Amino acid sequence: MRQEVVLAMLAKEPSHGYELRARLRHALGPLGEAMNAGQVYVTLTRLEKAGLVSSERSPAAADRPDRKVYALTAEGEERVGEWLVEVSWPKPDLAEFHLKLVAAASARLADPLGIVDAQRRELLRRLRDAQRAAMAEPDGSEAALLLEGIVLRLQADLRWLEACERSWTDRRNSTHRRSGS
Amino acid sequence: MSDTAEGWVLRARGLRKQYGSGQALVRAVDGVDVDVAAGETVAVMGPSGCGKSTLLHLLGGLDRPSEGEVQLDGRRIDRMSERALARLRRTVVGFVFQAFHLMDELTALENVELPALLAGSSPRAARRRATELLDRVGLPDRAGFLPAALSGGQRQRVAVARALSNEPRVLLADEPTGNLDSAATLEVLRLFDSLHDAGQTLVIVTHDERIAATADRLISMRDGAFVDETRLTGGTTGQLAALVGLEG
Repeated sequence: MRQEVVLAMLAKEPSHGYELRARLRHALGPLGEAMNAGQVYVTLTRLEKAGLVSSERSPAAADRPDRKVYALTAEGEERVGEWLVEVSWPKPDLAEFHLKLVAAASARLADPLGIVDAQRRELLRRLRDAQRAAMAEPDGSEAALLLEGIVLRLQADLRWLEACERSWTDRRNSTHRRSGS
Repeated sequence: MSDTAEGWVLRARGLRKQYGSGQALVRAVDGVDVDVAAGETVAVMGPSGCGKSTLLHLLGGLDRPSEGEVQLDGRRIDRMSERALARLRRTVVGFVFQAFHLMDELTALENVELPALLAGSSPRAARRRATELLDRVGLPDRAGFLPAALSGGQRQRVAVARALSNEPRVLLADEPTGNLDSAATLEVLRLFDSLHDAGQTLVIVTHDERIAATADRLISMRDGAFVDETRLTGGTTGQLAALVGLEG
């Protein structure tokens, strides 16, 4: 997870590390469970070294191990502003799978259609997980929207696999016809 | 009744359905064998025109095969008389369609009680049953609404309640989420999941991967025949977090 995410979660108000974690977990739902407890603190330490956040010991929570209250510095606020207008987007690596099919077919290493089938099963398993997690979320949950995003991406990938299947089936059929004549 | 004793609700062997002849011959269903166990959710997936809707019609006795056998609830239905078949369709099978097929001039409750009235229930028993069913699909407060006043997901839930009216052995659904957006699809998937948990047997033909992924068994259909079958039961992949860039 990018440092800017932690930084932006802090923009609401100066907060303890555990409050940031709670905010992230609320927004991520079941996906937040995979989040390492130390991750937020490690990130906060790095952000502090970089001068993007400052911290202050809060006397009110003297008995807690994480007494520090973190706040954005002026540079931190600026960085959040830049991050909000960035248009970066996660890239799925379709080229790798595409080249796997090409390589398997040209060297006769494996049947491309077998590779497509195996990949489809794997994606369907992931879709099943995402769909089950989405079905378990209550109405109006923030995390449900994230899960919907995963479901829609997996559907798009499965449709591409269908296109791969059609294309490699046609290629196989035309090769058979050529070698048959 | 040996088939139901073995736990099969629906079984087909060598099923074919052809239309036209000569050059114009269409093999809509071309040699399908299928067994559906009691309590199982089976999804048949394939592109439009692959024959999946025709297959569903053959399995539910809405259409007769050109060749092959269909056994529903232990009875051969491919050669059954029209009258016996009509009775069977009212009592053993429930249908759900893409376009809902609700009566526009009847309220949700009246739509749901209709099958019980047609099957000879007293008005009072039909009303009680319909009220229970609307409750079961999560729409007790929509009983008096006309279909036009309901959302797409709510209309399909009313249609499912209607299909359950006569406690069918099997529920057959043809593209049940085909007209629904993402949120309404989730409503219908939740409902199917609760029916599955209650032991309802479900056969769904669809091109929606989301339904396919939540079924116990997924069959892929191409050009009238089954080409692949997958069971998706088992634990989670534990990879959800990785899918959104949230590793470790």
